[in-house]
Amino acid sequence: MSNLGVLVDAPILIVQLVVSGILVGAIFALVAYGMALVWGVMNIINIAQGEFVMLGGYVVFYLDRAGVHPLLGIPIAAAALAVLGAALYPLVIRRLVDRDMFVSILATFGISILLQQLADQLFSADIRTVPSHVPGLSFDGGLISIPGIKLAGFVAALAVGGALVLFLRHTRIGQAIRATAQNARAARVLGIDTDRVYATTFALNCAICGAAGGLVVMTWFVQPYLGLTYTLRSFMIVVAAGLGNLPGVIVAGSALGVLEEGAGFVLGAEYQTAFIFLLLIALLIGRNLMLARQRKYLQ
Amino acid sequence: MRAHAGAGALSLFVARAACLLVRGFGMRPDGEPVDRAPTGIPAAIPATGGFGRNAERKGRTRSLIRQWGDAKARRRVRSGHLLEDAMKIRMLAAACAAAAFAYGAMPAAQAAGDTIVLGAAVSLTGKYSTNGKNTKDGYDLAVKTINDKGGVEVGGKAYKLKVVYYDDESTSARGAQLVERLISQDHVDFVLGPYSSALTKAIAPITEKYKMPMVEGNGADRGLFKNGYRYLFAVLNTSDYYLREAVNILAEQAKKAGRDPKTMKIAIAIENDNFSQDVRDGIVEDAKKYGMQIVIDDKLPAELNDMTATLTKVKALKPDALMISGHEKGAVLGIRQVAEQKVYVPMLALTHCDSAQITEKFGKESDYAFCGSQWDVSMTYTDRWFGNSQQYADTFKKAFNYDPPYQAAESTASVEVFADAIARAGSLDKEKVRNALAKTDLMTFYGPVKFDATGKNVAKSMVMYQVQNEDYVVVAPSKWASAKPIYPAPAWDKREAVAKVSRK
Repeated sequence: MSNLGVLVDAPILIVQLVVSGILVGAIFALVAYGMALVWGVMNIINIAQGEFVMLGGYVVFYLDRAGVHPLLGIPIAAAALAVLGAALYPLVIRRLVDRDMFVSILATFGISILLQQLADQLFSADIRTVPSHVPGLSFDGGLISIPGIKLAGFVAALAVGGALVLFLRHTRIGQAIRATAQNARAARVLGIDTDRVYATTFALNCAICGAAGGLVVMTWFVQPYLGLTYTLRSFMIVVAAGLGNLPGVIVAGSALGVLEEGAGFVLGAEYQTAFIFLLLIALLIGRNLMLARQRKYLQ
Repeated sequence: MRAHAGAGALSLFVARAACLLVRGFGMRPDGEPVDRAPTGIPAAIPATGGFGRNAERKGRTRSLIRQWGDAKARRRVRSGHLLEDAMKIRMLAAACAAAAFAYGAMPAAQAAGDTIVLGAAVSLTGKYSTNGKNTKDGYDLAVKTINDKGGVEVGGKAYKLKVVYYDDESTSARGAQLVERLISQDHVDFVLGPYSSALTKAIAPITEKYKMPMVEGNGADRGLFKNGYRYLFAVLNTSDYYLREAVNILAEQAKKAGRDPKTMKIAIAIENDNFSQDVRDGIVEDAKKYGMQIVIDDKLPAELNDMTATLTKVKALKPDALMISGHEKGAVLGIRQVAEQKVYVPMLALTHCDSAQITEKFGKESDYAFCGSQWDVSMTYTDRWFGNSQQYADTFKKAFNYDPPYQAAESTASVEVFADAIARAGSLDKEKVRNALAKTDLMTFYGPVKFDATGKNVAKSMVMYQVQNEDYVVVAPSKWASAKPIYPAPAWDKREAVAKVSRK
């Protein structure tokens, strides 16, 4: 663990790792918002989440090629993906709402494979990237460098999270969504069109993923098989934060990001992903034990 | 192979005809009389056979057969022929089935019409699909050019080449399945290799089992050649050679600066797959030769898309060289994040730079990077089908509209090796061709090809580029070098402002 010694000798590097972890985690948290929304309201685990991110990335990539500034392309990608989500809802998702979790996983898995292969056929598997056009910050003679786009991603994640919370609390459709999530039958009795609520939620999820995809292509790259990483990580974050806990999502996302960077530095890159998965398992076991003491069960 | 589809359709047709015939007998094979008309159709069918309604016209023939069959069955039952008829039906059904099966199992015409059929499972979809397409284009161009120039002469007759493709979806298991199918069902004459070491490793045991010669140009893993395979031949250098030259350059430059090569520190970051692990092993072996230290040895998992933790380590430990290998993703991430985070290393060495198109994507940020490659357009090796490398590149670009990466060149060379070996063997017999392949001593535009006992190409050497002024320049081996390597790379603040080049 000589790397641990390096960290002790140069604590400034801890700052770099923490900052980097928070920023990277924020983008994952963005995707996790959508996942939490869909899971909480419709009880669907959306395996195709990462594919929506990937498609959003391609929208921004092609817009950039066409000359549109990528930061402007992000809201356009969100809108385009919302349209896709609204189209997918009556086709597939409507039949999955409030059904057995296995059915929803299977169906969304099918959608994810379809989108992946379509993207491969249409766009080819070449790695595409978009220059970020956002200047970065650098401190301490380059020891701490913050790519501007990651900072932008963090700000975007906070903004979207805040907007989402306000939306759910103060707008009518937001309240309808919360009502449906609490008890769909009661909501229907009270006159809420739950079908429209579900459609809106799903379209909202896709829009958030699209925006995240735009950030992803500007920060790293996009290729058709990018999706699984984001699906898995957003699932992890939602599980770690707990369903229905939106502010918890960004905290969990950032925390996982920091821990991942730390593990990568100290243990070596090969343990980066393994470490957080193990952590997740430990978290779930711990939570289960805690709830068992109170005679509750993990949902 | 197309005959098989035909055979399948034929067997289906025969089966349906058999069903109708059985109905015609009025009995099922087990001796039961066929049912009367099923519910929904009027029970009283007029004996005259006139149905008057258009909708029923379609079922008229069948009902007539059924009627006739029913009546005949009743007469036969009454006259005591029940068992006889049941046996006759069973035998007829069995004979039809056997005929259909035998026809279906007939081997598809191979080498029909003077064609040599080569089979290949390539990655047309999946994470390797970019290079899979390069591979397929390389094979296609080779086949077209060789056919245009007279084909392959076997025993005085000119044969054309043809390639049969399946998509292995970049999955090893699928690749193995498909090659098994190519050999045992489609009966191809010979097999061409897939893209990537992982797939080649999955396929080699199968071609070995069927004693089917395979020439491949895209599986560079050293492990492939340690299993005693007799039917595997590779035209490319093994993967450990990709960045060995970079280590040699580092040692040379150290001596030039008056430093002991032992004091040089190397950082390695690879994606955790077969190919990159071999690249890493090559670096480690050569580094050990000079006594250099490996200060970072990171193996990034495949789904990891961010190298920040590794690059932070690089900033902390200040190695003299950072070597990254992770197919195109590694090249793209490497250049991008090193530039973004202003990580300074005197030497940055990568693989797959040209197929990742780093100069088009990153412009000035990709300057001073060293790239390992199997081939370069400036090589002056020549062969009778394509001329020299530049002429090959021009032909390729005209056909496919993009510059050929080395993956395409080595695929073309594989087909050339087959053409040469088959002509020398003078036959399509697999053993004779295998022995001819083992004795190959051929010059191609891609480089000289001569196989050792394990199937490796020992005559060719790797090429090292450096990106200078957004252009790939060969800097090693010195025989082919067109410029001197620039080492150490200038510091970030001294480099010119990053220009916004048109991105692809």
